[in-house]
Amino acid sequence: MRIDVQAVTKSFGDFRALHDVTLVVPQGSLTALLGPSGSGKSTLLRIIAGLETPDSGSVLIAGNDVTAARVQERCIGFVFQHYAAFAHMSVCENIAFGLRIRKRPKAEVRERVDELLALVGLTKWAQQRPDQLSGGQRQRMALARALAVSPQVLLLDEPFGALDANVRTELRRWLRRLHDEQHVTTVLVTHDQEEAMDVADTIAVMNTAEIEQVGSPRDVYDRPATEFVMGFLGPVSRIDGRLVRPHDVTVSPLPRSDAIEAVVSRVVHLGFEVRIELELPGGEAARAQLTRAQADELGIEPEDIVYVKYPAAQVALTA
Amino acid sequence: MRISRRATLSLRALALLYLTLLLLLPLAVVFARTFEHGLAVAWTWMTTPAAISAFWLTVLVAVIAVPLNTIFGVGCALVLVRGRGRGRPLLDALLDLPFLVSPVMVGLSLILVYGEQGWFGKWFVSQGISIIYAVPGIVIATIFVSLPFVVREVAPVLIEVGDTQEQAAATLGASSWQTFWRVTLPSIRWGVAYGVVLTTARALGEIGAVLVVSSNVAGSTLTLPLLVYQRSSQIGAQSITSAYAAATELAVMSLVVLLAMTLLGPRRREAQ
Repeated sequence: MRIDVQAVTKSFGDFRALHDVTLVVPQGSLTALLGPSGSGKSTLLRIIAGLETPDSGSVLIAGNDVTAARVQERCIGFVFQHYAAFAHMSVCENIAFGLRIRKRPKAEVRERVDELLALVGLTKWAQQRPDQLSGGQRQRMALARALAVSPQVLLLDEPFGALDANVRTELRRWLRRLHDEQHVTTVLVTHDQEEAMDVADTIAVMNTAEIEQVGSPRDVYDRPATEFVMGFLGPVSRIDGRLVRPHDVTVSPLPRSDAIEAVVSRVVHLGFEVRIELELPGGEAARAQLTRAQADELGIEPEDIVYVKYPAAQVALTA
Repeated sequence: MRISRRATLSLRALALLYLTLLLLLPLAVVFARTFEHGLAVAWTWMTTPAAISAFWLTVLVAVIAVPLNTIFGVGCALVLVRGRGRGRPLLDALLDLPFLVSPVMVGLSLILVYGEQGWFGKWFVSQGISIIYAVPGIVIATIFVSLPFVVREVAPVLIEVGDTQEQAAATLGASSWQTFWRVTLPSIRWGVAYGVVLTTARALGEIGAVLVVSSNVAGSTLTLPLLVYQRSSQIGAQSITSAYAAATELAVMSLVVLLAMTLLGPRRREAQ
């Protein structure tokens, strides 16, 4: 279901968590709220869920104003960073919780739980306690628990934040696949731009209590609206007073009239990529990123003098 | 801090000696004296009408005071840890009052409020209900002195467990009441159980506050500790033997509580 956040403001004491935030999450989309810690993304998610109340503004789910509605009435699924598993219940009981609260017939509960256990690949662990599961399994259980009640919207608060890097990648692929099958409108909070680009179809970039830009992953990466968005979505170099992506910078040993002269201070080999650290005439530091093949061909060494160019068409902000 | 093996051994010996002189030896003497004329004689003393009445009164007081303080304690812990009200620091301070004031003072203040000349006492007397120098006074005094145990055991567990499980329950549609029974209470159960054990121990053993509000009549308002106190301060071999028998009964009850504590101890730590 579509979510509308309209002019929401929220403060905790002197700390302003959200300032006049408006956001539309289209039905069936997977939207990431991306931003550094303290940018207000979790607060926004918790306000959509009803776990926090906004100081002003309103929240609509499927067109209905739910600003005054309690969490229980919103029919949402919420997944917490640290799983929030019911420690004294088995995996099976955890998943069945929402259905039992709704007093569904036993046979129906069992059927739905079995279906979800299979979906999240925990059938073998059904009778275990959460503390016997790995972090990734616990989070899959939490997802199954949230999905059991067929929520209108699924809200995920840094769901992979507490997991190891490889488990995180696997789980986010899995989440994307799940979303493609189930089409539940999903909002995901993350501070990891790679995760947002990988999973989401829409990214809302947040900074200091406000949304800076909303767009597809390519939009926000290639056409950042602000310097902050550009910097947050990937590495940047400042050349000639402009912000550019290091991989858009070309480096050549041959002088060219439209290129800037620079001294190579360091060459870092990062597997497939090679990062060239440069010192520009003003003493400014900049970076260029090349493929290994490019770097080998150029044969650049520290202390070399090179000529640096960035594409004229590059959308670079003058800051 | 590193302690040498020798130092450890002498520290242990010292602790053991201390416990033996102050605790084990007196307890052993009580047991020995109780049973010195044989089991049958001891049993006779334990089953005198006064002793039986004291035993049942002690049980009755515990059975009323412990559940009330458990409900009140869990409720207070929830208010203290999960609440948002401004009165919390005040409540927090008030809850320690029973630990801080002398039980004798508790008894005295109950007389001032509920005694025949007390604020509420006059009304109760007009209704034909006597509180002071009767069983209700003993119950109230016991409730008061054993009040903080459950709160003080449960509050840290609530803090430790955190509120995300409760939030998760709410997002899944559970009302506050359902959340309390299905999520909160199971996660604090060992803390509650330990608080109950401590409350029971105190309720069984309390003497100071109870002494002041009891009429100290054997067979009606004497609890086991009061019976021990009364008989041990009377002169005569029979009284002393009666005191020993009652003390042994009390000690056995305490040992049961101690056993419960020992069994619960590890689970409680595990839960935290």
